[in-house]
Amino acid sequence: MSTGLNDNEIISQVLAGDHQAYAGLVNRYQNYVFTLTLRIVKNREDAEEVAQDVFIKAYKYLADFRGASKFTTWLYTIVNNTCISFLRKKKLEIHSLDNEKVFEAADNQDSGMRANLVEQKSKLAMVTNAISMLNPDDAAIITLFYKAEQSLEEIAEVLSIEANTAKVRLYRARTRLKEKMETHFAAEVKDL
Amino acid sequence: MEEINGNSPLGDGDIEERLWNYIDGVSSGEERSVIEKLLQTDAEWRSKYGELLEVSELLISSELESPSMRFSKNVMEEISKLHIAPATKSYINKRIIWGLAFFFIAMVVGFLIYGFGQMDWSADSEGTISKNINKIDLNKLDFSKFFSNTWVNAFMMINVVLGLFLLDNYFSAKRKEFRKRA
Repeated sequence: MSTGLNDNEIISQVLAGDHQAYAGLVNRYQNYVFTLTLRIVKNREDAEEVAQDVFIKAYKYLADFRGASKFTTWLYTIVNNTCISFLRKKKLEIHSLDNEKVFEAADNQDSGMRANLVEQKSKLAMVTNAISMLNPDDAAIITLFYKAEQSLEEIAEVLSIEANTAKVRLYRARTRLKEKMETHFAAEVKDL
Repeated sequence: MEEINGNSPLGDGDIEERLWNYIDGVSSGEERSVIEKLLQTDAEWRSKYGELLEVSELLISSELESPSMRFSKNVMEEISKLHIAPATKSYINKRIIWGLAFFFIAMVVGFLIYGFGQMDWSADSEGTISKNINKIDLNKLDFSKFFSNTWVNAFMMINVVLGLFLLDNYFSAKRKEFRKRA
């Protein structure tokens, strides 16, 4: 098993023919990839399917990874592109910044989790739920910055935008997240 | 946590933006010292900073979601049926790229040579080409035989054949994909 090796060492092993070494990368990044896809596609089953597709694509085109950027930046680019294709297929509106339908859908899908949240009174669960109510673009940029440990330059590379645009988008996404927290979790926000 | 929307309507967004940059560590050195001073002296900035810092910490410590237990196994099963595609670089034939480049350069050079060949380079009484350059009438250059109907038709024909070839490639890829799924 290749758990002690860094990403590039594992990739070299896989490219040299040790296909089982790829499990090391899957185990290392499955939670990151799954969290990102879940926050974009807003549904666990779909997110699992998309995340699986991401790892399969990454494996298939592994020879194209030349190490110019971090492996995770390359991987999250595949996540972003795969999610966009998936959402296009599902004909969901992904670019509207104030798409209430998306918010409502997220709200409905999340109602079970929110009931659970009231019991837990957990700040972390509140943040997770508030993120799930954001539109896919906002949820993606927040997740990339805070959970996937990507710098603004790397996020710009993943999303194919300028670093300055990434900075502005991150700022707007956080502003909208705060609004969501206030609107949907007013009681919990007061408890904090 | 304090009320998230601050009381001061003017400049609130600006304060937040500057504070987020400060928290993210992307402010310049000068900006950092200005903000640090403001945090010491201004209660509004202090309160806003506390609020944003808490949101930031919550975001950092929010939990990752986990896929099903079989996720890794499923991926490994799927990839066992696949082969890693050769790197894009290795299957783009460099000879084709060079061939195309040569073709276009040859076209440009050919036209230039033909054009210059039609000019009257004979020196006038003062004997300098530089003075003659001003007298060259580019309108006299005759490219019409290259843009005759025959040439244009041949060019269009090649384009149509190439288009049909690409269309055939596209449909055969789709056919293969469809068969795979079936």
